[in-house]
Amino acid sequence: MDIVSATAIEHPPAAPHQHAPPTGFLRKYVFSLDHKVIGKQYLGLGLVAVCTGMLLSWIMRYHLAFPDKPVPLIGFFAPTFAAGGVITPEFYLQLMTMHGTIMVFFVLTTAPFAGFGNFVLPLQVGAEDMAFPRFNMMSFWVTFVAFLVLVAAFFIPDGPPLSGWTAYAPLSAVGKGAGPGEGLGQSLWVVSIGIFCIGQLLGSLNFIATTLDLRAKGMTLGRLPASTWAWFITSMIGLIAFSVLLPACVLLLLDRVAGTSFFIPSGLVVSDAVQPHSGGSPLLWQHLFWFFGHPEVYIAIVPGFGIVSTILPAMCRKPHLGPRVLIACELAIAGLSYMVWGHHMFLSGMSPMSATLFSVPTLIITIPAAIITLLWLGTIYGSKLRINTASLFCLGFVSVFVTGGLSGFFLSQPSIDTYLHGTYFVVGHFHFVMGVAAMFGIFAGTYFWFPKMFGRMMSETLGKWHFALTFLGVYATFMPMHWLGLEGNVRRYSSFPSDYMHGSLALHRFITFAALFLGAAQLIFLVNLLWSRLRGPAAPDNPWEATSLEWSTPSPPPFDNFGGKHPVVSHGPNLYGVSGPRGDYVMQTDPPIAGLEES
Amino acid sequence: MGKIFAAAVTIIAVASAAVFAAHIWWLPPDISALGLRIDSQISETMIFTGTLFVAAQLALATFVWQSTGRAGAIRVFPGGPMPMVALATVIVGVEVLSLIFIGTKVWANIFLAPVEANALHIDVQAGQFAFYFRYPGPDGKFGVPHPELIDEGNSNFFGLDPKNDTAARDDIVSASLVVPVDQPVLLTMHSKDVGHSLFIPQLRLQQDFVPGLVIPVQFTATGIKKTEIVCTQLCGLGHYNMRAYFEVLSKADYAKWLQDQAGQ
Repeated sequence: MDIVSATAIEHPPAAPHQHAPPTGFLRKYVFSLDHKVIGKQYLGLGLVAVCTGMLLSWIMRYHLAFPDKPVPLIGFFAPTFAAGGVITPEFYLQLMTMHGTIMVFFVLTTAPFAGFGNFVLPLQVGAEDMAFPRFNMMSFWVTFVAFLVLVAAFFIPDGPPLSGWTAYAPLSAVGKGAGPGEGLGQSLWVVSIGIFCIGQLLGSLNFIATTLDLRAKGMTLGRLPASTWAWFITSMIGLIAFSVLLPACVLLLLDRVAGTSFFIPSGLVVSDAVQPHSGGSPLLWQHLFWFFGHPEVYIAIVPGFGIVSTILPAMCRKPHLGPRVLIACELAIAGLSYMVWGHHMFLSGMSPMSATLFSVPTLIITIPAAIITLLWLGTIYGSKLRINTASLFCLGFVSVFVTGGLSGFFLSQPSIDTYLHGTYFVVGHFHFVMGVAAMFGIFAGTYFWFPKMFGRMMSETLGKWHFALTFLGVYATFMPMHWLGLEGNVRRYSSFPSDYMHGSLALHRFITFAALFLGAAQLIFLVNLLWSRLRGPAAPDNPWEATSLEWSTPSPPPFDNFGGKHPVVSHGPNLYGVSGPRGDYVMQTDPPIAGLEES
Repeated sequence: MGKIFAAAVTIIAVASAAVFAAHIWWLPPDISALGLRIDSQISETMIFTGTLFVAAQLALATFVWQSTGRAGAIRVFPGGPMPMVALATVIVGVEVLSLIFIGTKVWANIFLAPVEANALHIDVQAGQFAFYFRYPGPDGKFGVPHPELIDEGNSNFFGLDPKNDTAARDDIVSASLVVPVDQPVLLTMHSKDVGHSLFIPQLRLQQDFVPGLVIPVQFTATGIKKTEIVCTQLCGLGHYNMRAYFEVLSKADYAKWLQDQAGQ
């Protein structure tokens, strides 16, 4: 007998699905209210964005290694900005600004949080959809519009802004006199990020409401899978963070177009012209931006914590070592993430006493992060580890998170930051801990949930090649950046004319080759995605013998997720390595088993 | 594949740590009074994080090696999660406390120390895409800058008004930062347009210029040297090329340099 159906309740006639199944193409695939379609749309947007961002990084890396040589093909595609393939200093900064903005906002925020969260969270809590399906659809399309507004900057005469993804004022505030791209391009950036904030606020509210209100019978908070807890906590982080960035963007836009002076002090002379502003503070922008910006690191990485903590036990065939400790640590990180923003501003001229104040919680936040890492190691210890692409990316996640997290010890101390701030050490650090670790979470989630999303398995052969080359490429690309930073090599330079920095060119060339290699390895992933979507073998309902609710429904799930039934939950998500009716695991929907300890 | 991963992690961890330990790429030689304390703090942090890095990666590699395809019953980690919590809290916590204690003292020595009575005061202005350094001249006073008078074409980089401001008449403006050895120096830093930063790696000194603020910073150069100052705060298209020379001279050579500048 099918255990799922035995423990599911038929819909009462008075409780139909929140919205009717779509019939037309537009409602089914474009303006869909279905959280599964919206999740895929977010992931699709993330895929387009990551390809764009990576392409920009290739151009930058090529130019850094060979500053005197034209970049192949770029002259054809960008004749205005790079005539003959020559990357000008301003175009380099424009590429860098767009790379950082696209990666942080439209990849690291959308894919692990909004993408996987949308698809998986309602399934894992046993809901038929999100709490507010129309808000959900709006959140994606608002985000999509934000992306279009941002990339539109490539198609205007002055091109994109060059003030970096942090858009420090007054460079970003005083208008086109500050440099190419600082006119309309910077305005498009501000508008785009403001719109993006609205999308994320809608999404965060939805995640919170869905988690709190739409859980299936028996799905207590303690029985929520680690991934759902992570998306829930990320929503709470995002709700506050984007609530601050949104008005900050509005104020910056007003400074740019309405003559206000929130971030511009008096007496500035830009391009030989005294600026008609007074009374503003550039530090105010930095405070507002980093009040969002540091929690953003956790918006990118906490979903990865959840994804890894969900996948590892399934692949280890062993319960997570401390699921409640994990949640406590994630909550501690979420809380502390709002007390540390000033460590990005140690050298900003704010009070030196403030630097000490911000340094302490920055160092303390490493304790819950270290506990989470040790819990993963304790979970792997003595397990029956199944090696597949999803588990490999989880193991890789642990490795790169350790590497990136430890280099944060240097930057969290103001007296060391005095030297390393503004060098490639910082670039290496945040690419490991925020970029690569989050990407490994995305890859692990893709290989794990692809069968549920599309009803087909991904190629393990291609997946393992993808992992192996990516893992090596990541270390070859980003570890040497720490060495450059120790030498004093400065970031955000389009070339290194200075005497003492010129000696770093050989290491830069090595990094460029490694980055091109790393990028090429991602083509394997793209091929695997396409091939598996079209030709992959059919996926069973529960290919990984996992416990959470999404594996109790067909692959892919029906429109209402559980085929008109309400799942009833009797167990936690952590029952691996036990003697259950199906083998060494017990699904959350399995009937109660006498004597089985609840996890 | 699990064992290959374990081997790769081991090799990467050991090789990376070896490069750091061998100082193949390392900080340039220090020529400042406080640099050695910063360097020793970097070294201590390097030893601590390096040990944790290698230990964590090797633990990961070992557990993956042992667990891959393993048969038999699973083994529960002795004591459950609490030993992990205690281990992380104690080891990381103790190090965090010691780093806070040591680091705060070093930081306070750099940014909270009172201005030395005999400090040489130099006014620094950053603008797209150059630094300018102003010495007070024989009267020991700086002229008052007027933004509306800034005229780079006529070399009035600070917007001085020597016709009406007697203190401004003997101000010496240089495109290089030149200081005497073993002499405390006080820089007052301000920007005329956007954010910039002054970075002198050999002094272990980096400080942002923030428009609207005048930011004081002190240092003492302990070795005769000519090197470069670079900007580390993204300031526009010429950011990569915003630099100046930093020169530490003997006291006699400095006096001569200052005399030459005053005569120009």
